[in-house]
Amino acid sequence: MSRLEELKTRIKEALPGLECVIGWQKGFDPLHNTPLFMRSEADVDKLEWGPFNVHNPAVYLPTLAGKKVGIVVKGCDSRSVVELLQENLINRDNVVIFGMPCEGVIDLSKVKARLAAAGASAGAASAVTTDGKTVSVTAGGQTVAMPLAEVRADKCGRCQFPNAVLADTYVGDPIAPAAPAAAADADLAALDAMSVPERMAFWRYHMERCIRCYACRNACPMCVCRDHCIAQSREPHWLTQEDTATEKLFFQVVHAMHLAGRCTECGECQRACPMDIPVLALKKHLNRTIHDLFSYQAGVDPQAIPPLLQFKLEEDNIKERSW
Amino acid sequence: MPVLTGKELRIVGFLCNWCSYGGADTAGVGRFNQPTDLRIIRVPCSGRIDPLFIAKTLINGADGVLVSGCHPRDCHYAEGNFYARRRLEVLKRFLPILGIDPGRFDYTWVSASEGQRWQKVVTVFTEQIHALGPAPRYDAVSADMLAKVAGALGQGGNRVAA
Ligand code: SF4
Ligand code: SF4
Repeated sequence: MSRLEELKTRIKEALPGLECVIGWQKGFDPLHNTPLFMRSEADVDKLEWGPFNVHNPAVYLPTLAGKKVGIVVKGCDSRSVVELLQENLINRDNVVIFGMPCEGVIDLSKVKARLAAAGASAGAASAVTTDGKTVSVTAGGQTVAMPLAEVRADKCGRCQFPNAVLADTYVGDPIAPAAPAAAADADLAALDAMSVPERMAFWRYHMERCIRCYACRNACPMCVCRDHCIAQSREPHWLTQEDTATEKLFFQVVHAMHLAGRCTECGECQRACPMDIPVLALKKHLNRTIHDLFSYQAGVDPQAIPPLLQFKLEEDNIKERSW
Repeated sequence: MPVLTGKELRIVGFLCNWCSYGGADTAGVGRFNQPTDLRIIRVPCSGRIDPLFIAKTLINGADGVLVSGCHPRDCHYAEGNFYARRRLEVLKRFLPILGIDPGRFDYTWVSASEGQRWQKVVTVFTEQIHALGPAPRYDAVSADMLAKVAGALGQGGNRVAA
C-alpha cells in the first residue's frame, strides 16, 4: 500500500467521529491543487499528496473551532496548528492531526517562469507528473521537466520541520530536515544590504502594485480577526481607502506587527499575493528580531507562551537607555 | 507664516498619565527650559501604546516619536510598562527595515517627580531629531531611487511581468 493509500485508510477510519477532514484535491487544472473538505469516503478518495499541495489548511481551523475536525498537514502547516493551540484559538480535543513527511511544494510563480521560458503558457497546462525529484508539466503540447529543487518554494530549501511537529497519525518515515543550506534568506539578505533610504524606496516601489485585495491576510492562518480586522474598521479609522503607497504599507505593518512572535513563516501571505509583493520579508525580519531578543520560535511547543504575551522583570537582551 | 517655520520639527510624544505626563508637568511648573517641538498625547499607561500608533505616526510623516512611561516596577497598573518594553523594543528594531531611521523613535521612563530628567530627555531627543533633519517621506521618493531598488530581489521577488 502506498503512503497516500495508507493515509486515506487512516482518515476513513477516523471520519465517522469527525465533522470533516481538511486536505487537498486536484483543482481546476493540473497545476493548481485546492483545499478539500472530506465528509464522506468518496471525498477521501480525492485526497492528493505532493508538491502541488501549496495551501496551508490550518487557515480554516479557527473558523471551525468548536467542531471536531481532522486536518492533513505538511510540517510547516503543523506549526500553524501548534501556534493556534498555544493561543487557545482552537482546542486540542477538537482537532485530529494527520501528517506525512513533506519533500517540498512548488512555487507556482517559478513554474510559470519556467514554462514561459520554454514558450509554453501555464494556463494551457494539461498534465503534471512528479517523481519527487522532478516536476514535468505538459502545456500547449510540449512537456517541460524541471527539478523540484529549483521550482519549489523558498521556504522548502531551508525547512527544518519537514515532519509534522505534532501529529495524532503519522504515515511514513520521518525525513531529515534540510541542512540550513542558504545561510540567510535571500530576500532578507537583499533588504539587509540596502541603506535605510533604499528600503523606503523599496517598499514604496512594491506597495504601488498592491491592490489591497487582502489575500495576504486572508491566507494567513494566524490572522484570526477576520471581519473585525482593523484595516476595515471605521471606529477607530486606522486606514483610509486611499490608494497610496503609505496606506498600503501601513496595512502590511499592521499585519506584520500583529504576527510578531506568532508568524510561523508558512509563506502563505506572499504565496497568495496576486501581485507578487515580497511581504514575507517583513515577517521574517520580525521573527529574526524576536529570536534575537527572546530566543523564541513560533509554533514549535504547544505549551509555550508567545513572547509578546509575557515579560520578564529583567529582560536578558533589552538594554535600558541612559539619558 | 508662523515664526517657528523651519526651526521646529514635528515630534509626537506618547506619555503615560501617571508618571511621565506628571514629570513633564513638574518640569513645566519648575519653569525648566525645554524645546517646543514635542506635541504630547496623554495615554493611560505605556501598556496602552499600541506599537502601531508609533508606526502610523512615522509612516505618515512625523519627524520623531518619543514614548515615556513609569519606570519598570513603578507602573500604576503594576505591569503595563513591562509589556510595553517588549513591544517597543521590537518596534524599534523593525523600523529600519521599513526604511525609517530607528533614531526617530525612542522610549524611556520618567517618573512624576523627575522634572529635571524630563527636561534632559526631551532636550536630548529633540537634538537627535534635529540632527536627523525632517523625515523623508514615502510619497517623495525620487524616481532614481525607485529605479535603483526595482530589481533588488532579482528573479523571485519581482516576478510580475512588465
Ligand atoms: S504572516 Fe505569512 S508566513 Fe506568517 S503565518 Fe501568516 S501567512 Fe504564514
Ligand atoms: S495580497 Fe498582495 S496585492 Fe493583495 S493586499 Fe496583500 S500585498 Fe496587496
